[in-house]
Amino acid sequence: MAIDIPRIPLGDAIEGGLDFLTSHYSNVTRGISSVTQTGISALNDGLMWLPEWALMAIIAVICWRVANLKLGIGAVLGLALIWNLGLWDPMIETLTLVVIATVVAVVIAMPFGVFAAISDRFYGFIMPVLDFMQTMPAFVYLIPAIPFFGIGSVSAIFATVIFSMPPAIRFTTLGIRQVPNDLIEAADAFGATRTQKLIKIQFPLSLPTIMAGINQTIMLALSMVVIAAMIGADGLGSEVWRAIQRLRPGDGFEAGIAVVILAMLLDRITQALRKPRKKTS
Amino acid sequence: MTETDETNIKIQVRGLSKVFGSQPKKALELRNQGKKRPEILEKTGQTLGLSNIDFDVREGELLVIMGLSGSGKSTLIRCLNRLIEPTEGDIVIDGQNIPKLNEKELLECRRRHFSMVFQNFALFPHKTVQENAEYGLEVRGVEKSSRVQSARNSLKQVGLDGWEDAYPSQLSGGMQQRVGLARALANDATVMLMDEAFSALDPLIRKDMQQELLELQHRMKKTTIFITHDLDEAISIGDRIILLKDGEVVQSGTPEEILTRPADDYVARFVEGVDMSRVFTANSAMRPVRATARDGDGPRTVLRKMSDNGLDSIYVIGRDRTLMGIVNVDDVDAAAKAGKDTISELIQNDFPKAGPDEPMNNLFAMFTEKSYPIAIVDDNQRLLGVVVKGAVLEKLAEAGEH
Repeated sequence: MAIDIPRIPLGDAIEGGLDFLTSHYSNVTRGISSVTQTGISALNDGLMWLPEWALMAIIAVICWRVANLKLGIGAVLGLALIWNLGLWDPMIETLTLVVIATVVAVVIAMPFGVFAAISDRFYGFIMPVLDFMQTMPAFVYLIPAIPFFGIGSVSAIFATVIFSMPPAIRFTTLGIRQVPNDLIEAADAFGATRTQKLIKIQFPLSLPTIMAGINQTIMLALSMVVIAAMIGADGLGSEVWRAIQRLRPGDGFEAGIAVVILAMLLDRITQALRKPRKKTS
Repeated sequence: MTETDETNIKIQVRGLSKVFGSQPKKALELRNQGKKRPEILEKTGQTLGLSNIDFDVREGELLVIMGLSGSGKSTLIRCLNRLIEPTEGDIVIDGQNIPKLNEKELLECRRRHFSMVFQNFALFPHKTVQENAEYGLEVRGVEKSSRVQSARNSLKQVGLDGWEDAYPSQLSGGMQQRVGLARALANDATVMLMDEAFSALDPLIRKDMQQELLELQHRMKKTTIFITHDLDEAISIGDRIILLKDGEVVQSGTPEEILTRPADDYVARFVEGVDMSRVFTANSAMRPVRATARDGDGPRTVLRKMSDNGLDSIYVIGRDRTLMGIVNVDDVDAAAKAGKDTISELIQNDFPKAGPDEPMNNLFAMFTEKSYPIAIVDDNQRLLGVVVKGAVLEKLAEAGEH
């Protein structure tokens, strides 16, 4: 019954590749690692330096200005609960990781997204890659991150960026491709260059769609940052992880609720940014 | 074609063809063997969009390119500024052959020579009316203050002052197309391309826009190429009309030429539906005035002029032939009997008056029960001639026969 087909050594090949990268590009990875670590520490220290009430006030005002007063009040209540539960510091750590991962992901995603919108060939190439990146179980990214960047927050950022980048690319491409053809034709007719079209017409018109992508990226980043506690990332995830190890469901849920509150605030703020504010004449 | 007179030629189109598909050479070969569009499509799968188009656009004219959908008119207008790449042929504007330009020269050419108005307006929804009107200048890199000024001016010309800060979505269709027009005017390109510019508007607005375009065009003498599928529209605005069918020119000429001497059955069938009374203008039925009174004339002089010419009423003109009004025989007779020495008190103003370009069908409604002839005056109110009811009827009958 057993036909003797040799097992394809796919895993070995990938490992070999990763080993090659880690051994030959350790300078690069170390460089990235130290830069990222500095960024994380700076942002984290900055947010920690602010007294809790001050940061709460700032976030509440942001919520109020971009969305509405209701969200502002919700933000105060939610953040107060986190503070009360003693989860303020882990929450800040998580927020830091999410912000940095999102910024890196978006900065990388934009040019890819734009290029995929312009070039059909690149579009055909990158879409399956994005499918791959998104469907690969999130945990898997954690494993190669460790040999590259060691245990800790930098590895968490690396895995998070890879995991959360696809929607930013996809939505950027979609947004630019959705700009009606007659507007492109109008721009062409008046002699606009490719760059002028991109900056003055395609980009502004696709901004709501791009913002939807960034919103998705933030949500994915948050979920990944929590999982990244398994490779030593600080934050709410590590609280959950500790609760699992000690079999303390109460602690676990407290940290989980803090994640939910953070997620809702980030989501509502970015959703509100999506909607263009109505200007009236 | 009467293309050979001395008027300045702005754009010269020669042998322009466009094939849609991957093997244009094959299609053109068949075309050269005399095959037509459907046959070429069947044999090669290529669509012959335009075939061997020749025409000239004269400086300052309003040229209408007319045809039904699929006739290639939209392709043609887009070939002019290469929104669609022509397959072969020359398009020469001010000595530049457009199909031969490289990318950079093409941009420059589009900026300098062409501005375009689109059927569905194609306004930028994220820009205000003002910013939309500035767009062409912005692309050219004109500095902010001067482009604001030009855009303001052109918005004023299309009657949109006060709407600068509105967004296109806040405007009605007619107003949006005014923005489209202002955007094209502000650019001050030498040629304006209008692609079914009024087809998406409802009929009343459309008539208004046609009138306004005519006035603008008259004032600015901007070379304009106007695409339409509507013969009525073509006739009411075009200085000349080019008729396209299946990617070929079937006839070109003035509206009257096309209507009265259709080149073939296709044109004739097209023309059948047209209200002929709109084609003829007051000019074609106008007669010279047999006699006029001067405002200084006495009643007896005027009475003599009237009886000499068999008139019941007579138009009164001032020194430089400006029309002052009309007097009728009963009033003059009474004044003569009363011993008055001038007719200036008798002059009435309730007479019909029209310009030489007034369409015939409008004239008909102007005749009143007093049956004064219609006075035809120029822009300076000088009397050019008169139109009597009989002449209108005669012209209409003539048109019906053709």
